[in-house]
Amino acid sequence: MALNAVRLPHLKTSAEKKTIKLFLPQKVIISLSQNIGAPCEPLVKKGDTVLTGQVIGDSNAFVSVPIHASVSGTVTDETEILSASGKLSKAIVITTDSLQTMHKSVAPPNVTDRESFLKAVRDSGSVGLGGAGFPTHVKLSYDAKKTPVDTLIINGAECEPFITSDYREIMENTQNILDGISLVMKYLDIPRTVVGIEKDKPKAIEKLRELTASIPEISILPLPLKYPQGAEKILIHQTTGKLIKEGELPLNAGCMVLNISTVSFLSEYIKTGVPLIKRRLTIDGDIVNEPKNVFVPVGITLSELLKIANTRVAPDRILFGGPMMGSCVYDMNTPVTKTTGALLLFGNSKIHKESACIRCGKCIHVCSMNLSPIELNIAFDRNNVELLKKLRVNLCMNCAACSYICPAKRNVSEKNNMAKGLLR
Amino acid sequence: MSNKFIVEPAPHIRSGNTTSMIMLHVIIALTPALIASVIIFGARALLLTITCVTTCVICEYFFRVIAKREQTVTDLSAVVTGMILAFNLPVTLPLYMAALGSVVAIVLVKQAFGGIGQNFANPAAVGRIVLMLSFPSHMSSYAVPFYYQSGIDIKTSATPLGLEAGDVIPSVKELFFGIHGGSLGETCAFALLLGFAYLLVMKIVRPIIPIVFVGTVAIGTAISGGDAVFSMLSGGLLLGAIFMATDYTTNPMTLAGKVVFAVGCGVITLVIRLLGSMPEGVVFSILVMNILTPYIDKMTRPRPLGMKKTPKEPKEDKREI
Repeated sequence: MALNAVRLPHLKTSAEKKTIKLFLPQKVIISLSQNIGAPCEPLVKKGDTVLTGQVIGDSNAFVSVPIHASVSGTVTDETEILSASGKLSKAIVITTDSLQTMHKSVAPPNVTDRESFLKAVRDSGSVGLGGAGFPTHVKLSYDAKKTPVDTLIINGAECEPFITSDYREIMENTQNILDGISLVMKYLDIPRTVVGIEKDKPKAIEKLRELTASIPEISILPLPLKYPQGAEKILIHQTTGKLIKEGELPLNAGCMVLNISTVSFLSEYIKTGVPLIKRRLTIDGDIVNEPKNVFVPVGITLSELLKIANTRVAPDRILFGGPMMGSCVYDMNTPVTKTTGALLLFGNSKIHKESACIRCGKCIHVCSMNLSPIELNIAFDRNNVELLKKLRVNLCMNCAACSYICPAKRNVSEKNNMAKGLLR
Repeated sequence: MSNKFIVEPAPHIRSGNTTSMIMLHVIIALTPALIASVIIFGARALLLTITCVTTCVICEYFFRVIAKREQTVTDLSAVVTGMILAFNLPVTLPLYMAALGSVVAIVLVKQAFGGIGQNFANPAAVGRIVLMLSFPSHMSSYAVPFYYQSGIDIKTSATPLGLEAGDVIPSVKELFFGIHGGSLGETCAFALLLGFAYLLVMKIVRPIIPIVFVGTVAIGTAISGGDAVFSMLSGGLLLGAIFMATDYTTNPMTLAGKVVFAVGCGVITLVIRLLGSMPEGVVFSILVMNILTPYIDKMTRPRPLGMKKTPKEPKEDKREI
């Protein structure tokens, strides 16, 4: 069964350029809420000297990961910031000393079994790097007796236009990815791995195929060029043919999905002990002169990023994340978090003007979840919570394919998102 | 640097598809039939089309102004309605009648229900029906093809479906190229199919409704002992199936729904053609199925992926003791 999907332009103009080395700003603002789950409490205070890799925030909650200083320097402020998604969170401002002195805790962890591996994963501060920000150690800490996993699925789809950070990870750190996969398979006892990559990355597919030719447990699967291949449920269906039922987890189908950059980071952490303090960021957009990928420290602010963006004209639309699911940012102090995959800059862009729905039904034909976005919108307008439930608005994953295709330029997906709020 | 930024919900890229673009494609798809009608029935066909289009556009514009609604005349949907309505009229129809039909289509059927996307039925179909019921003799006197070349007064002839015993039946070739009596846009199957091909290539409509609609009529005619080819090429079937039944607003949105809709249109057309007192039933069938569309939509909702049935809550016992 082929799922509904939509064709998007690829616009991967930064794909073939090597990632530029770490760019060090004067100050970083590190958010204490960078993962799904509990936010962290600060462990440092104003005036403290911190070193790179030092834990500066942590929480006792299970669904949470520690946050590390991405630079060495002095804590100059404890503040509150507005994240790209519009939530307020505590943050720590560090003024750098440009030395990047490593903290003494940065050392390869001692990993011998499942327990120590899971602890190391938590200590690394790892979250899903694809954008969701779900703590990796929580995903890995499943009960193998209740829900055994037979397939590890590695998400290399990177189906959003413009973004190429996962692609660069494959091209530059192929061995790390394979090592990361082996680690997870070894300590969690998973027999099989499928790596899903969209067909528009033939070099990446070829490279991974070459290196896995002698490893029968790992297979590389080219995915069709249809959005949203990278969505968890869609990827599971593409790679295994299994459907994740409403309210169930991939574990119920014996699957676990990890982002390709996440597994790569895990193996690097096990080798070096350097926690998640930097990330690869795609800088692109229609006014960017040289689309590129750069390594930036977590916490670098928008104003610092604009200095290295090199644009033809001043941007009037700034996005953190991809054009389909990313958010507009406007505060120059908005920092990059562990899950920010791209900075996209657009100039002279116009605000989409909504017109009347003409009932063309295109939103239904592109919905991968087989929902009826048009009816969900009408139910929301009428405040009909019962109908919203019946039409399963909870299954909408906000991929925004419906808004993309709508000839009347209606914000279909946004309305579904608000409708989900009515159910709570 | 400017310090004003756009903040908008995702997605930040949109497809190039717009409502006015879709309407423009439909207008282009209708053009071959317009040209054919001018060739077959003369310049008056063009005059009639211009009358309908102008009236529709003026009605749309002033209704939006008077109703203090956002102006929608630039979406070109009124032009499409005007063209399709004109195609449904005999070339000899007085212009004021054509204008009246246009007013009914735009004001009564479309704008009174809220404008584009809100109409319960195809405006052009209702416009034709109102004119048929109001001016039956004018609406059923069809000009002889190429009458304008002969210099004599307009001669009228029946449409192929209205032929009586003893009349000359047009050949398949004449039917295909539209050299027979009929309303101005419906006769030339070749031009209509050209427009259909264009709509398919530009992905404006899905082929399912026209194919199932026409197929149902053809198969039904064959079963009842009629001539299937004749049934497909005569009357307003192709015009209705390609350009009126496929109107986004008034047909179901899912593929299954479209099949139900098209079969319904075909069956009703057949029943009227075979059993009714009128020679033609396409517009009536479309109107009836338009009205049923919300119900078809409800019955053919897509099933959400991985959906689990909601356990039914026990109903409260409301009986009085």
